Amino acid sequence: MTIAPIETTVLGPIDEIPFGEGRTYAVGPDMIAVFRLRDGSLRAVSAVCPHKGGPLADGQIDNKVVVCPLHLYAWDLATGCSQSGQPPINVYPVRVDDGHIILGD
Amino acid sequence: MTKRLVVIGNGMAGARTVEEILARNGDFTVTMFGDEPYGNYNRIMLSNLLAGVESEEGIYLNDLAWYQDNGITLNAGVRIERIDRFAKMVYATDGTATPYDKLIIATGSSSWTPPIKNIHNPKRGFHQGVFAFRTLDDTRGMIRYARDHERAVVIGGGLLGLEAARGLQNHLSEVTLLHAMGHLMERQLDEKAGHMLQASVENKLGIKVITNAMTTEILGKDRVTGVKLADGTVIPCDVVVIAAGIRPNTQVAADSGLTVERGIVVDDQMRVQDEDDIYSVGECAQHRGNLYGLVAPLWDQAKVLADHITGRDTEAAYTGSKLSTKLKVAGIDVASMGLIAPETDDDEVIIYNEPKKGVYKQLIIREGALVGAILVGDNSKAASLIQSFDRVQALPEERAELLFDIGGPAGEVKPEDMPDDAQVCNCNGVSKGAICGVVNAGCKTVSGVMDKTRAGKGCGTCKPLVQRIVEWAAGGEAEEDPAASWYVPGVPMPKPELMAAIRKYELKSVSAVFEKLVPGGEHDAKSKMGLASLLKMMWADQYIDERDARFINDRVHGNIQKDGTFSVVPQMKGGVTTPAELKRIAEVAERYNVPMVKLTGGQRIDLLGIPKEQLPAIWADLDIPSGYAYAKSFRTVKTCVGSDFCRFGVGDSTALGIAIEERFQGLEGPGKMKLAVTGCPRNCAEAYVKDLGVVAIDGGRWEIYVGGAAGAHIRKGDLLATVGSAEEVIRLTGRFLQYYRENANWLERTYAWVPRVGIEKIRAVVVDDAEGIAEALDAAIEEAVQAYKDPWKERAVPATPGQFRTSLPLTVLPQVPVRS
Ligand code: SRM
Ligand SMILES: Cc1cc2nc3c(=O)[nH]c(=O)nc-3n(C[C@H](O)[C@H](O)[C@H](O)COP(=O)(O)OP(=O)(O)OC[C@H]3O[C@@H](n4cnc5c(N)ncnc54)[C@H](O)[C@@H]3O)c2cc1C
Ligand code: SF4
Ligand code: FES
Repeated sequence: MTIAPIETTVLGPIDEIPFGEGRTYAVGPDMIAVFRLRDGSLRAVSAVCPHKGGPLADGQIDNKVVVCPLHLYAWDLATGCSQSGQPPINVYPVRVDDGHIILGD
Repeated sequence: MTKRLVVIGNGMAGARTVEEILARNGDFTVTMFGDEPYGNYNRIMLSNLLAGVESEEGIYLNDLAWYQDNGITLNAGVRIERIDRFAKMVYATDGTATPYDKLIIATGSSSWTPPIKNIHNPKRGFHQGVFAFRTLDDTRGMIRYARDHERAVVIGGGLLGLEAARGLQNHLSEVTLLHAMGHLMERQLDEKAGHMLQASVENKLGIKVITNAMTTEILGKDRVTGVKLADGTVIPCDVVVIAAGIRPNTQVAADSGLTVERGIVVDDQMRVQDEDDIYSVGECAQHRGNLYGLVAPLWDQAKVLADHITGRDTEAAYTGSKLSTKLKVAGIDVASMGLIAPETDDDEVIIYNEPKKGVYKQLIIREGALVGAILVGDNSKAASLIQSFDRVQALPEERAELLFDIGGPAGEVKPEDMPDDAQVCNCNGVSKGAICGVVNAGCKTVSGVMDKTRAGKGCGTCKPLVQRIVEWAAGGEAEEDPAASWYVPGVPMPKPELMAAIRKYELKSVSAVFEKLVPGGEHDAKSKMGLASLLKMMWADQYIDERDARFINDRVHGNIQKDGTFSVVPQMKGGVTTPAELKRIAEVAERYNVPMVKLTGGQRIDLLGIPKEQLPAIWADLDIPSGYAYAKSFRTVKTCVGSDFCRFGVGDSTALGIAIEERFQGLEGPGKMKLAVTGCPRNCAEAYVKDLGVVAIDGGRWEIYVGGAAGAHIRKGDLLATVGSAEEVIRLTGRFLQYYRENANWLERTYAWVPRVGIEKIRAVVVDDAEGIAEALDAAIEEAVQAYKDPWKERAVPATPGQFRTSLPLTVLPQVPVRS
C-alpha cells in the first residue's frame, strides 16, 4: 500500500460529488480521483488507471473497490492494491470538514 | 544454500520450466533473460491474434507482476551473446555479466528464411512488406502493414503458413499460399489428405493455393510489388509472409563451446552433453537426435528438468514425445499423429474417403495399436484417437468405431475411460490426473479448477472436456459454481428468485437490493449495472434511479473510448436520414472539430472522440434523440430499401423498420437488441442474423426470425412465426422482447438465450400463448414503451452535480488519431 504524502488542500464543497460516484481534481501536477462512498465516507486515489490510463473517477465503486471503466480491473480504495495483479494506485488521506473536501492530513 | 539460476530465453519453454521449479519449491534466486521486450506470452495464440479472435492482453501467460511476485529478475529485451562455462557467467549485449550456479538455455527457434533473391534489404532486415511469423512484434508489424494493403502471399503451406494465410484474410482481401512441395502439410498429411485440405482451403476460405511453387525472387524496388516463381510466374502482391520452417537458436551455445549438432545436444535429464550445470529445454534442444517444434514435448521436458534440478527426483528421465497436431483454422478440421503412410506390409491401413464433403480419414494400426492417423474435414474423433495413440491402448474390434460415433453421444471422450495422465489441455499441458487432483483437494467448480490448473485457458477448445472431468471427478456432485447461476456476482440468487424477492420486498433501488438480499448488506460494484437494468425493467417509472448504479456510458449517454472521450451516435431510424439532418450533423462535426465521423455497422453516423464536457452542447446542436449505441438496450433496426424502390422488394421493409425502432427505442434489457427488416429473402438488411429479424415474403407476409447473431458468434436465427401484417410483426416483436427481458440472464444475448430455452418453448409462449401470459407481456412492454424518455434531454439540467465534468486531462492516455 502506498499512502502518498500530499499538501493539505481544500478541493471544494462535498456536494460536488454525488453518493457512490467520483470526481477528478487537479492538485498541482497530480490528478486525484475522490469518491464519496454510499456510507458517506471519502476515498482519494490517483486518477489515472495504471493499466492503460483509464479515468478512474468514471469507474463504478462499492464500499471497497473502484472498477476502472475501460477494462474493468478493480483496485482496493483503502489500500490502492489491485485485485488482479496490476500495479497499485496511490491512496491519499481525505476527509470532510464543514461541508468541504479536505485532501491531506 | 540458495543457488543462482539463470535462464536464457523467456519463451514458452523457459517460463514453463521456471514455473515447474517454483512448484517444486526449488531453492533458487532466478534471473531470466529474454530477447523479446515482454513478459511471457502464448506464442501459439499469435495465429488467433492475427485472425482477430484473440486480443494481445489475452495471450499473456505470465505478466510482469508474476515475475515480481515470485522474486524473479526479468531482463526483458536483453539478449545473451556468450556463456563462459568455466567462470560460470553469461554476458549480455548490454554489457552486463551475470554469474550462475545453474544455467538453462531455452532460446527456442527463429523462423527460417529460404534463399530468395531480394528478400533482404541491405539496410534493414527484410525488404519492406516482407514478414516472418514467429514473435508478437512480427505479428503486430504484419497487422499494421496488412491493414493498408490489399494482397498477400504466404510462402509455406505447413501448419504455420495455413494459419498465417487465414489470419491475413482478416486484414486484407486477397491471399495466395505458395507451397514448394506437391501437397499441403506434407509432413503431417498424405497426398490425398493434402489435396482434400487444399480444396477446402480454396473453396471454403477463398485462399488461392499454388503447390510445387518455388519462390525465387521478391519483386519491387522500395517495397514488395510481387513475387516470382521458378517457372517465371509473377504473382503481384504487397505483403509477403514467410512461414517456411524454423531453425533452432543455437548460436550462443555453439559460440560458447557447447555440443551443438542440429540443436543443443541434451541427455534424458535435459542436461547439455558433458556439462554438469547447464541444461537446455524447448525447441533449441536436441534429444536422442530429435528436435521438436510443438509445445506438448516442452511441457514434459520442463517437468523432467525441474525434477532433476531441484533434486525432487534425480532419476526422472525424458524419453521423447509422440507428436500429434491440429490445425487452428476455424471451419477447417485437420488433425494428424504419428505415421502418415504404412511402413510394412503387415501395417493395417483403414481409409474413409468422402471427397464431396471434404472428409478423409486414415488410420494405421500395427500389432493392434494405433501408430498413425490423419483426419481432414471432421475432427470429432481426434481427442479419442490422440489418446489411443499416446497411450498405446487396445483398440476396439469394430475398427469403424475409431472413425465414427456409432451410438453413444457424438464425439465425446468419457472421463472414466481416460487414463490419469491423458493430456486434456494441450495448450497448458494439463492432464486428467492434475484436474482430478485439484477436485479431490476440494475445489469442485469448473471455474475454480480452470484458475488453479490453467486448463482451458489456452485456445479454449478443451473447456467442455474439462467440465465433464470435473463433474465426473466430483462424483456427480460438481458444485455448480454457485455464482455461475446468479444473475449478478454480488447477489446470491438466480434471476427468477431475485425477481421474486425484489417484488416481495418492493425493492426499487440498487442499494435496497444489496441491503435486503445480500448477507451483511455488502454492496458490489460489479453487480450494479445488471441490477439497475433489471430494476428499471421491473419497475419502469417507479424505479429509483441511483446514478452511481449506472456504468459511465449510461451516466453520460455515450460510449467511453480508449482515451476517455465519448462517442455520439444520433438516432437514425431504419438507417433513413434527410439532407437537412445530414447537414446538421456535418455542421456539428465541423463546429466541434470532431476527430472522426464514421458510418457505423448499424446504419447510422458516429461522431467519435467527444470530450465529456462537450456532450450536452453537441446534443443540443444536433437536436436528434440518442441512438443508444452505448447501452445494453434496444439499438437499431437495419432496413433495406424494400418495395418502395427495389425491383425485388415484396414488402415495405423501410417503413416497418422505422415503425419498430420508433416503438421500442431505448428499451433496456439483459443484453443488446439489434433488429433488422429486409424486403425479400435476398436479405440485404441481414435480418437472418439479428436478435430479431423480419423478412418480407411474397404474398404480403412476413417471417420473424429470433436469436440470430453475426458478432463474436455467428448464428442464423430460428423462425418464430410467419404473419400476415406489419401490426402483427410489431405485436410479436414486443412480446418476444419482453419475454427475453424477463427471462434472460444478465449479458445473455438472444443467440444464447433462444437456444437455451428452445424455439418451440418460445413459440408456444409468444405466438400460441400456451402459458396464458401473452397479455401480461403485452402490457409490460407497453408500459416500458410509454416510459421512454430521450436521455439526451438531460443536457438542459444535468442529473447530478458534475455529471459532465471531465475526468481528464490524462495525458498518459493513448491518443486517438484525427482523421479528416
Ligand atoms: C460503432 C460500431 C462499429 C462501427 O464503427 O461500425 C461498434 C462499436 C463497438 N461495438 Fe459493436 N459496433 C457496431 C456494430 C456492431 C455490429 C453490427 C450491427 O449492429 O449490425 C455487431 C454485430 C452484431 C451483434 O451485436 O452481435 C457488433 C458486435 C459487437 C460485440 C459482440 C457482441 C456479441 O455478443 O457477439 C461487442 C462486444 C460486446 O457486446 O460485449 C461490441 C462492442 C462494441 C463497442 C461498444 C466496444 C466497447 O465496449 O467499447 C464498440 C464501441 C466503440 C466506441 O468507442 O464507440 N460490438 N457491433 C458499430 C455501431 C453500430 C450502431 O450504429 O449502433
Ligand atoms: C504462429 C505460431 C503458431 C503456433 N501454433 C502452435 C500450435 O498450435 N501447437 C503447438 O504445439 N505449437 C505451436 N507453435 C510452436 C510453439 O509456439 C513453439 O513450439 C514454442 O513456442 C517453443 O517454445 P520455446 O520456449 O522453445 O521457444 P520460444 O517460445 O520461441 O522462446 C524462446 C525465447 O528465447 C528468446 N531468445 C532467443 N535467443 C536468446 C538470447 N540469446 N538471449 C535472450 N533471449 C533469447 C527468444 O526471443 C524467445 O522469446 C506455434 C508457433 C507459432 C509461431
Ligand atoms: S468497434 Fe467493434 S470490432 Fe471494432 S475494435 Fe471496437 S469492439 Fe472491436
Ligand atoms: S485502463 Fe483501467 S483497466 Fe484498463
